[in-house]
Amino acid sequence: MTFKETALPESTGWRAPFGTFRLFAAGTHAGFARHVDTFGPLDLDSVGPELISVLKASGLTGRGGAAFASWRKLAATAQSRSAGILAPRPVVIGNGAEGEPLSFKDKTLLAEAPHLVIDGLLAASRAVGGSQLYLYAGAASFPAVERAISERPAARGIRLVEAPDRFIAGEASAAVNAIATGSALPFDKRRRLSESGLKNRPTLVLNVETLAHIALIARYGAVWFRSVGSAVDPGTRLISVSGPGPDQVLEVAGNESLGEILYSSQIDAADVAAVLVGGYHGRWVKPHDYKLSVSGPASHAVRPGAGVFHVLPAGYCGLETTARIVDYLAGESARQCGPCMFGLPAMAGVLNRIAYRERDPRLVKELERLGKLVAGRGACHHPDGTIQLISSALDVFSDEIKAHLAGTCTTVNGRAA
Amino acid sequence: MSRTLHIDWTKCDGRGLCTELLPGLLGRDDWGYPVARRGDRTDIAIGRDDADAADEAVKLCPRLALRVVGGSGGSGGRPAR
Ligand code: SF4
Ligand code: SF4
Repeated sequence: MTFKETALPESTGWRAPFGTFRLFAAGTHAGFARHVDTFGPLDLDSVGPELISVLKASGLTGRGGAAFASWRKLAATAQSRSAGILAPRPVVIGNGAEGEPLSFKDKTLLAEAPHLVIDGLLAASRAVGGSQLYLYAGAASFPAVERAISERPAARGIRLVEAPDRFIAGEASAAVNAIATGSALPFDKRRRLSESGLKNRPTLVLNVETLAHIALIARYGAVWFRSVGSAVDPGTRLISVSGPGPDQVLEVAGNESLGEILYSSQIDAADVAAVLVGGYHGRWVKPHDYKLSVSGPASHAVRPGAGVFHVLPAGYCGLETTARIVDYLAGESARQCGPCMFGLPAMAGVLNRIAYRERDPRLVKELERLGKLVAGRGACHHPDGTIQLISSALDVFSDEIKAHLAGTCTTVNGRAA
Repeated sequence: MSRTLHIDWTKCDGRGLCTELLPGLLGRDDWGYPVARRGDRTDIAIGRDDADAADEAVKLCPRLALRVVGGSGGSGGRPAR
């Protein structure tokens, strides 16, 4: 690590967290004193645009779902800022809205380590020359975040905005809209947020876990960040593990294998029918030898998305589970865009008929036809995410579909048709 | 320079006027909303033959859901001479 890479004075001698235990290293409900004691102080005055190249070297990707290279978002925002002398200064939004029912790692992070998120927000804003800071999160996160903000004068300018408890509320343009108008609906993105977002200012929206990683990278540098994970998926990520056992948040290395994650979660792989990775817009896989990684062939790598890892125990019907999820997703359409408003309920209807054993082989073709019809036609990713989930279910649960079409069921708990 | 027809799905109500003006470019889905016949479905490449009809559709769309992006034309209307 070179001196230029880090904002932490070398003489202070703070030791960077070791291994994959990083974001929660300050313990539970860390106050500012314990936060600084654990991670060392972050000298914000020394943070500037160079942080963007450090982030580039670190390989950090967004932890909110889309997994874009974080530095690119900052660079695009900083570039809009420098587009003219009268260009408005950027807005930076920390996105802690977790509408996804199976996701709770961001709430947990805001409750346990709010100061890392605040550090990241302040550092990102420095890097892009931002002037207005927001933290957008569910009401349950407010007490911890308010307490943390009150502990440090530098954070006083951060405005807290409540995210409604809706699936789509965490979408980046929905976050901007919620702050601007109070209504968390996505909007048409003919222009990029980095050019024209909140009040037409360049707007940078970063997930709160992404910000927490930025807080550590600003201290310890890119080489430290890359000391765990793989070359293409460096660092650690938080995942929300749910299923037969108690809900838990794990911090795992990039490119970790599903088997290893099951083992750390104390789940026996033999008792697992399939795992839903990435959330309701994610993908079902059977555990085998998959890695949880932002890149790699679909046969061996599964994208972590928003970090959801939901285990379907052996003996449960993945088609029924998926049908229930798609019903929910159809109900969560913001009902702005026709193909989403009509297409999702139509797909949910057909999937339910398959799940509840209607013996009509044309149903699968119809579901595929609807998926092709709706794909790519919405103001946000909601239709495409839903289609991805359905097509992974058709793929992974093909034996169950064959059984259903034959009027039987491969599971022990299946309802009678 | 290639021009594309951008559909703002949050505005479109699917009455299908655009599909009548641009039958080569757009079909209609089960519910009446326009579907690009090929390629990207929200930013649809406009061939030279459809250039005028696309500008016309932008002007006539009752919900102001359409926009021509890129090329020499502005957001709607024909390029100035
Ligand atoms: S695609 Fe669906 S969820 Fe997204 S903005 Fe349109 S109607 Fe809303
Ligand atoms: S004319 Fe406008 S409102 Fe009508 S279908 Fe076309 S885009 Fe939608």
